Amino acid sequence: MGGVRVRRGGSLTPQDYDAAVRSPSLPALAVLTTGLLGLGTALAFFYAPTDSDQGLSQRIFYFHVPLALTSYVCFGWGAWKALRYLRTRDERADLEGYVAVHQGVIFGALTLLTGSIWAKISWGVWWSWNEDQLVLFLVLFLFYCAYFMLRYSVEPGPARANMCAVYALFGVVLIPVSFLAIRLSKRFIHPVVFTSHGPQMTHAQFLTFCVCLAAMIALFATLYSVELAGKRLDRSLRELRELLA
Amino acid sequence: MTASEQYTAAAYLVVFVAVLAYVVIIASKLQRLQRDVARLVELAKEKLGDG
Repeated sequence: MGGVRVRRGGSLTPQDYDAAVRSPSLPALAVLTTGLLGLGTALAFFYAPTDSDQGLSQRIFYFHVPLALTSYVCFGWGAWKALRYLRTRDERADLEGYVAVHQGVIFGALTLLTGSIWAKISWGVWWSWNEDQLVLFLVLFLFYCAYFMLRYSVEPGPARANMCAVYALFGVVLIPVSFLAIRLSKRFIHPVVFTSHGPQMTHAQFLTFCVCLAAMIALFATLYSVELAGKRLDRSLRELRELLA
Repeated sequence: MTASEQYTAAAYLVVFVAVLAYVVIIASKLQRLQRDVARLVELAKEKLGDG
């Protein structure tokens, strides 16, 4: 996720693009992500003990919760980039914020899908509107989906970047609300695993969870870098096309 | 296969299919960028030839 230098006026040099697209850290990151995902899946199925209450379906936890936490990381990273944009008016921060929010929405969609499958096997329903945790996560997800409606309804430029940055910053407020909803709610069937007394699971389960969380964060870092490199390349080609026209 | 096993497999498959779909989308985008680069190279050659 290394940054590239920018000329005054936001235009990037060819060397900067080259450095961003052909960063040697990206293949290493991709290999690390593949390894961690493989290790996480293996630990979830062959190392972590089977839950006595839920049985095999509890293993969905090892992907579902890291997906949700990674989506929070993505939105938080997007908000940080938004703040950086508002402070520096650096075009790179606007693009990086957009890519982070895009990744957050992908991870959020996967959280909702895996959670829905888990709910069906555990609770017998695909969705429960009575669960504050689920509804607040859906609100957070839809809020960031609307980010794209805003972004693509305004002409590219500083005004759009300002609006998107402010919007992304507002959205980040929903993250602690969503995270704490399960602890504030009095009526819930959604399990609480992390309490003030620490994680309510065995050491093997916690280790598996940590590996899966690291895998998801590595996956985010890889996809973020790939998408950002693609966007930068796309932008440089557009500039080149304009110059040659 | 029990229902529990099917749902668990489905949840893991969803994630892997999503990642695979993302890779396919990025690959198609890369192909488009390669075509754009080739077109721009042709355009640059024409311009240089004219000059």
